[in-house]
Amino acid sequence: MAYFEAPGAPETPDFDALSVGDVVAERTFEVTRDSLVRYAGASGDFNPIHYRDDIATSVGLPGVIAHGMLTMGLAVQPVVEWAGDPALIVDYQVRFTRPVVVDPSEGASVTVSAKVGQLDAEARIARVDLTTTFGGETVLGKAQVRVRFA
Amino acid sequence: MNPELQGREFPPTRPYLVGREKVREFARAVFATDPISYDLDAARAAGHRDLVAPPTFTVVVQESTLAQLLAEPDAGIDFSRVVHGDQRFSFTRPVFAGDELTATLRVTSVKSLGAHSMVTAESTIVDADGAHVVTAISTLVVRGDE
Repeated sequence: MAYFEAPGAPETPDFDALSVGDVVAERTFEVTRDSLVRYAGASGDFNPIHYRDDIATSVGLPGVIAHGMLTMGLAVQPVVEWAGDPALIVDYQVRFTRPVVVDPSEGASVTVSAKVGQLDAEARIARVDLTTTFGGETVLGKAQVRVRFA
Repeated sequence: MNPELQGREFPPTRPYLVGREKVREFARAVFATDPISYDLDAARAAGHRDLVAPPTFTVVVQESTLAQLLAEPDAGIDFSRVVHGDQRFSFTRPVFAGDELTATLRVTSVKSLGAHSMVTAESTIVDADGAHVVTAISTLVVRGDE
């Protein structure tokens, strides 16, 4: 009797079945102050605007904000899950347009929707465009992930 | 900001050894769920030699190059006024646990936009054999006096 399933090669989507406009992934992230502390430690970015309200407000922010690179890092995850392997991501770019303010008790809900924006049949690369929203507004602009298929 | 920064290349950073636990720690921090970043058997079953780092992992390596730029005496960059504008990672291959990565920073453009200035810095990241792994491009906006 098998107690666990041995991992096999990951399931990857069928490139030839994709169409521009397909929504391939959606996910909502609950970002809390704990998430910011965790990301600060993992990334080495200890800028205090990501954990101290007094310093954040002194530089004109409404409060502690998430690291832009945390938002970028999590926003690509629905695409990684869909692709089935982080190694398939060959290019990823974003523009930081609005801060994600993380309330000390409520946190912040960040929603990512990933849609096929362009298909390069020759290179077998799909450009997946991300819409990342917080409080009803987008926080990343020109967020594009290029995924290479076999 | 000093416009003469444009085109300046910095010395390569000290090699960064990508640890397996660091990959797992970073993966958890960016809410990754893919077993290929956590589980060695899953990574090997997918044909990889070790855990695959999440796409934005190399920010950890890039960080030391941006520190070089901000510390440059004639750069005239006030860190407290720096805002991250854009970020891009372009891969030749993914980053694996066990990689030893070295980054070389080059300032590709310096622009003024009203009171603000924008600097684009490109970190070319290579492995222990000197083969290209990923290029990380950051545009930093330095806010001027309002």
